[in-house]
Amino acid sequence: MANQINLTINGIAITINKGLTVLDAAGKLNIKIPTLCYHKDLCIAGNCRVCVVEQTGTKKLIPACATPVHEGMEIQTNSLVVRNSRKHIIQLLLSEHNADCTKCYKNGNCELQSLASEYKITNSDFIDLVPHKNYAYDDLSPSIIKDDSKCIRCQRCVRTCHEIQHLSALSVAYKGNHMKISTFAEKPMREVACAHCGQCIIHCPTGALTEKNYIEQVWDALTAPSKHVIVQTAPAVRVGLGEEFDTNSDGRVTGKMVSALKRLGFDSVLDTDFTADLTIMEEGTELLTRLKKALVDKDKNVQLPMFTSCSPGWIKYLEHTHNNLLDNLSTCKSPQQMFGALAKTYYAQKRQIDPANIISVSIMPCTAKKFEANRPEMRDSGFKDVDYVLTTRELAIMIKQAGIDFANLDDEYFDKLMGDSTGAAVIFGATGGVMEAALRTAYEIVTGREVPFKNIDITPLRGFEGIKEASIVIEDALPDWDFLNGVELKCAITHGLENANQVIKNIESGKAEYHFVEFMACPGGCLGGGGQPIPTSPEIRQRRMKAIYAEDLHMPIRKSHENPEVQQIYKEFLGKPLGDKSHKLLHTHYTPRDRN
Amino acid sequence: MGKKQLRRMDLIFANEHDYKEILSKTLKTPNQYIVEEMINSGLKGRGGAGFPTGLKWKLTAEAKGKTKYVICNADEGEPGTFKDREILTQVSYKVLTGMAVCSKITGAKKGYIYLRSEYKFLVPVLEKELSQFHLLCKENNLDFDVEIFLGSGAYICGEESALMESMEGKRGEPRNKPPFPTKSGYMGKPTVVNNVETLAHTFTIFKYGAKKFRDLGVQDSRGSKLFSISGDTPTPGIYELELGMTVQDFVDDFGDSDCKAVQVGGASGFLVPRKRFKETAIGYQGKLTGISLPTGGSMMLYNSSRSMYNVLDNYLDFFQEESCGQCTPCRVGCQQLVKGIEAVKRGEKKASYLDVLLKLTETMKVTAKCGLGQSVANSFQSIVANFREEMIY
Repeated sequence: MANQINLTINGIAITINKGLTVLDAAGKLNIKIPTLCYHKDLCIAGNCRVCVVEQTGTKKLIPACATPVHEGMEIQTNSLVVRNSRKHIIQLLLSEHNADCTKCYKNGNCELQSLASEYKITNSDFIDLVPHKNYAYDDLSPSIIKDDSKCIRCQRCVRTCHEIQHLSALSVAYKGNHMKISTFAEKPMREVACAHCGQCIIHCPTGALTEKNYIEQVWDALTAPSKHVIVQTAPAVRVGLGEEFDTNSDGRVTGKMVSALKRLGFDSVLDTDFTADLTIMEEGTELLTRLKKALVDKDKNVQLPMFTSCSPGWIKYLEHTHNNLLDNLSTCKSPQQMFGALAKTYYAQKRQIDPANIISVSIMPCTAKKFEANRPEMRDSGFKDVDYVLTTRELAIMIKQAGIDFANLDDEYFDKLMGDSTGAAVIFGATGGVMEAALRTAYEIVTGREVPFKNIDITPLRGFEGIKEASIVIEDALPDWDFLNGVELKCAITHGLENANQVIKNIESGKAEYHFVEFMACPGGCLGGGGQPIPTSPEIRQRRMKAIYAEDLHMPIRKSHENPEVQQIYKEFLGKPLGDKSHKLLHTHYTPRDRN
Repeated sequence: MGKKQLRRMDLIFANEHDYKEILSKTLKTPNQYIVEEMINSGLKGRGGAGFPTGLKWKLTAEAKGKTKYVICNADEGEPGTFKDREILTQVSYKVLTGMAVCSKITGAKKGYIYLRSEYKFLVPVLEKELSQFHLLCKENNLDFDVEIFLGSGAYICGEESALMESMEGKRGEPRNKPPFPTKSGYMGKPTVVNNVETLAHTFTIFKYGAKKFRDLGVQDSRGSKLFSISGDTPTPGIYELELGMTVQDFVDDFGDSDCKAVQVGGASGFLVPRKRFKETAIGYQGKLTGISLPTGGSMMLYNSSRSMYNVLDNYLDFFQEESCGQCTPCRVGCQQLVKGIEAVKRGEKKASYLDVLLKLTETMKVTAKCGLGQSVANSFQSIVANFREEMIY
């Protein structure tokens, strides 16, 4: 067949589809070819040369990742010349690399280290180039540390920031021996158009890009006797955390996570999902209000479509790149920040604790949340609303440091008061989840009926396509909402900032018309966030997404407005959605920023 | 190889006053006939790599796609070459004629001259020539437009895929091959990239026929070639010589009678020491020609006053600066070679460290992404092998 190619690898015959690479073919034969610059999420670079293999009849070695198969190819992946060359290349990379592995944050999770170990690079003839380099170290960003001395110039971060995130905050500068990965005008990361999403971190094979960690600060807080330390956990953490441990679960480790957090010494283990439900109430009401103003009052100042605002990477992106559209953003804070503001007000009052003594920690699949917690406007409680943000990875480090046998922990439950949540909140962790949760609630508010989908799963909203669209026609609305009768509510969902840019272009050119759009900065939504365990790949994200929807199915309540604690907080504290107190504590504003 | 009189030619710079007629005539000739003539002539790429020009045109003509491009590579950057600049100054119409015929054969409607930024002063001259040329294309009903694209001064952009990246507004970094430009080049479309001199030679073939060109040179190296001659020579300059000469014959003509070595092909080429002058020929590597060195035309002569250590150090320093920096063997390998020979010279590394470096160049040769990194081995190995003691003492 014309579309089938026959070749041999190490003498083993294989027939595979045309267009695939030598690396793909080897993978199918379970022959491992080492790679560094290659990543499943990214276009092929072929620059590290670690994957070179020998092709009979060709003097030069060929990069397995970048070479398409062709008929009759004979490949050797472990010949003498391949082994020697590969070893040379690893040695060369190490000679440019600050190999202080025991002091490295990525020690134990570094692709270069693994390769060096595999090839037993116990010594190298080559000259250590590191002292001759003037490597920069940038830890000024609240989210990301960039250590050029660890960089191997594979350009995975550059491709990530360009192809997935449309920002190119990181790009290649200079050439030859001076070539490096840098920012616009070599400014610190915090001064350039960076979304702080951390996608560069989870695509970096070494310790060149890492999260700014706050582990020691949190340990300090946990051991300070006068402090009441509370923790909130985002939905996507519970489907990622297990990857850091040897657990035999389907990926959902909610109960074990809660149990571990209690053992770490948190005074109260609470759930960001609670404020995710609250977000739905606020954001859903905001959407309906905007629709009313636009459709009934014909108010020209109301901006539609409304954009979701729970992804701080997305917010920062919009502030940099399309800041004419900031009024389209929902004014709702992200669930993390809603939680923070309530922790030092509502929670403090109810528990009769001086908010000055509360330390509020959040566990997030996200590095942009670290930036968000540090935004000056996030102090509506009168204090810094969220004191420390840890990523899923940092939590795993703390659990390991505490000697907790995570895999064998019994399940425990979140504490009460801001610990209850619904299935609608859990799915915030997946692309399409906010939209689905919002529709579950908004439709019911408007019509008094459940969304007419079997088991309230709104399937067009799920899945990994970059841009998804859905619409729902409102019929038989309740009297308050009868202006919506016959209105076709048009929605779109997108994840990854490159896709977001596309959606914005479609909106601005008039090609697409929506009422409501969900944007998530990271591929797959929060489950693919920059704070999640490393590595990442489409398969890993797929597994996490499956776990999220399993978690949703498993929840007794699956609609935000039915969350009893949410009903309670409106009754006792907030009054009503978009009310005065909500306005003060749960809503925010945005800041236009430079494109560079 | 016996002694052979060096034949100096005057084909390229000869002013051909009938060039308009030659263009019209060639544009009326069937494509197949022209391609056959080109292939029969034995013309190979004069930039140094030596790909058969007729075949390149044929492959691009056969490639699928409506939009195609012709690019004239005028990023003359190899240390020691300065011939293309002279061609563009004196006989750019020959180059343009070649591009026009290539356009007719391949169906490319757009052509570019990728001019190195240091040759910016040529822009007015070329613009003037281009406006005449465009009129001529119209007269001949050829829908073809040529534009000048000014480079920014990187050596690597002379590598055709880096050149196209640069034209697309990206960093000048070589691409993975395959696909080759004939299939997927500029903007992902089939593209012919020819050196300035190659295109100028096509004019000779159009005017005088393949035979006249083929009669010059030896088996695998046909025709004449421009040489940029520099270094320890009383007669530096640009000369058109028949291919296939031995280095000995060359040195007899151009040396200062104290010639110790000749660097053939610039920094990326090979050093030929005096003891190998007789057995080394200048041309393309082929089965029949014995030791034969390809060249883009740079010939640098060194006499006994020169330190070959300094020569090598200078080349390597050039490479470590001019590597695009993307691939490991080239970026780090070049730095290791520079630091390595310097350490040996200072006595910080044993002389045997040169063997470690020689092995490294073997790796660079087979693993680097493009011709730059692959060819660093050429000068390193040929200089270290022949002047080892100069590296050490």
